Amino acid sequence: MTERPLSPHLSVYRMSRYTLLTSILNRATGLALSAGLILLVYWLVAIASGPAAYRAARAVLSRGELKAVYVILLAAFSYHFFAGIRHLIWDTGHGLERTQSQRSAALVAIASILLFIGLVWWALHAGGRAP
Amino acid sequence: MSLRSPLGKVLGQGSAKDGVHHWWVQRLSSVALVPLTVWFVVSLLSLPAIDHATITAWIGQLWSAVFLILLVITGAWHSQLGVRVVVEDYVHGHGSKALTLALVTFFHVVVAAAGVLAILKVALGGAR
Repeated sequence: MTERPLSPHLSVYRMSRYTLLTSILNRATGLALSAGLILLVYWLVAIASGPAAYRAARAVLSRGELKAVYVILLAAFSYHFFAGIRHLIWDTGHGLERTQSQRSAALVAIASILLFIGLVWWALHAGGRAP
Repeated sequence: MSLRSPLGKVLGQGSAKDGVHHWWVQRLSSVALVPLTVWFVVSLLSLPAIDHATITAWIGQLWSAVFLILLVITGAWHSQLGVRVVVEDYVHGHGSKALTLALVTFFHVVVAAAGVLAILKVALGGAR
């Protein structure tokens, strides 16, 4: 059993390949968003627990370290959103040729960077109210 | 007439025709999450403030509560499907894999249940 090669077969991949990078990024951002779901539910439960509990939760949620987490979550959402749409298009059987796939990978990168910048800008200008 | 038992006939016969189920619900939930996440981000960033009164008033609106509940359920479902695949790929050994998968499932159910109940409580005016 232990002789069998087990995933992740990190040593056999060329890590610089865009196919590997886009795939592993989709997975990593998905995991980050799973963690974000916990934050969302924590926030919802705090609201449901009344004004005093919500004030206490806001004190926790507006800690400096968590600001970095929000930035990561916005970036993860921006990427996972467009990479997911790319996967949905693939599932219809379209865009699977190498040149099309390279083009869509570039499109996903550009779109997610633009969305990320837009979201950060909007979050900062939405009344200066980090949670 | 065959003397083979009904179980003997189907053992090793392969597909029970639900092989694409995981794939399909992953796609179904991702399609649903496109409008739901866009709605959530736009709504949240459009709120004039994020104090308790503003948020409860927002969740108190029928469609806000409906979409929020759908977002939490669909998000937890999609997350569970995704994390499951990662565990299946990277956690080796039957025992630890089964245990991790069970914990992942339980955890997502708890998160979804807590989220939905919290939204319902606020929507029904129980958080004032």
